[in-house]
Amino acid sequence: MSYEHPDTIVCPGGPMLVRDHPDSDRPVAAVCRCEKSARFPWCDGTHKVLPADQRPS
Amino acid sequence: MRTTTLPRPRGELTEHLFSALRAGGDFRGLATKTTGDDAALALWVLHELHYRGLTDIDDALEWDPQLLRVRRQLEADLEDRLRSRFHAPAGLSFVEDALDWIDEQDGPSLARHVHRNASRDQVLDLLAVRSIYHLKESDPVAWVVPRLGVRAKAALMELQYDEYGGGDPNRLHHHLFELGMEASGLDPAYDAHLDAVPLEALEQNNTLSLFGLHRRLRGAALGHLAAFEATSSLPSRRMAEGLRRLDFPDELVEYYTEHVEADAVHEQLAVRTICAGLLAEEPELEGDVWFGAYTCLDLESRFAHAMFARWGIEERAA
Repeated sequence: MSYEHPDTIVCPGGPMLVRDHPDSDRPVAAVCRCEKSARFPWCDGTHKVLPADQRPS
Repeated sequence: MRTTTLPRPRGELTEHLFSALRAGGDFRGLATKTTGDDAALALWVLHELHYRGLTDIDDALEWDPQLLRVRRQLEADLEDRLRSRFHAPAGLSFVEDALDWIDEQDGPSLARHVHRNASRDQVLDLLAVRSIYHLKESDPVAWVVPRLGVRAKAALMELQYDEYGGGDPNRLHHHLFELGMEASGLDPAYDAHLDAVPLEALEQNNTLSLFGLHRRLRGAALGHLAAFEATSSLPSRRMAEGLRRLDFPDELVEYYTEHVEADAVHEQLAVRTICAGLLAEEPELEGDVWFGAYTCLDLESRFAHAMFARWGIEERAA
């Protein structure tokens, strides 16, 4: 049996996970999608404190 | 590698246990049940035999049947206490709802206090107490790996690989904390501050070891991991800003800024790949996963209350 292992995972309301991102030395990077991160382009969890209508879908 | 020196006993159980350990074993426990600091410290020391060992204590005692029986009783008491506090959220799916549920739980925040108000001495106290966790960060979760199915195992290793520095010892998280402690003038050995560690922090630590060491509790271990990671990124940012406010050295600040970014990844992985993989393979563990997540938040809340009380702080003002 083979398993799904996508290069990217979109997290509802949060970042996009990217495996082997060329600009990151982590095995998986979280790329900001709310555009409010203080460590943009990386997610820093800021989406959690945004009102629901400003969080990425 | 430095091993752990036995701390000061905190009661009758630890007095007898430590004497027996020094004498090479032969300890069957006390006739009466022990609770509180004495029980928690005894369990912490017994678990330590499975991690890095104890200074001048025979390594073979890790598998001494009498000591294992004492350990098992202390663990059973701890698990009973944790389960009696647990309330399972009704009608939620862990994979779909856990991150929102965790955000809605509103406990006292030590990070907020460090950010705005804490004194330098309070921060040093917090770092010393937390060091028993941070200096073996991720180690209790490593016990879980061989107990998992293919999906959950691969997913957990993807996260653990980052925790352990991706192969680079200079990036290994518990080593980063060691460097931060050293630069801040604190002894970075994880037994150095043991006598100052309150019951609530010993129980946090013991719970991680309990969940990690028992295959039966693998669901709780991964639920705990998810809640831990999901309450780390934003608080780590507050910690870093508070440490800068108090002029702590860069090495320590960097430990926390690393966790802002790392744990923004790890919280998503913990829920969406690790727990999702576990629950796809073993759906009957959903209740245990919630138990682990609840327990993580409950223990942190009790720990924060204890630290505010220790510093004489009214929590409304904190």
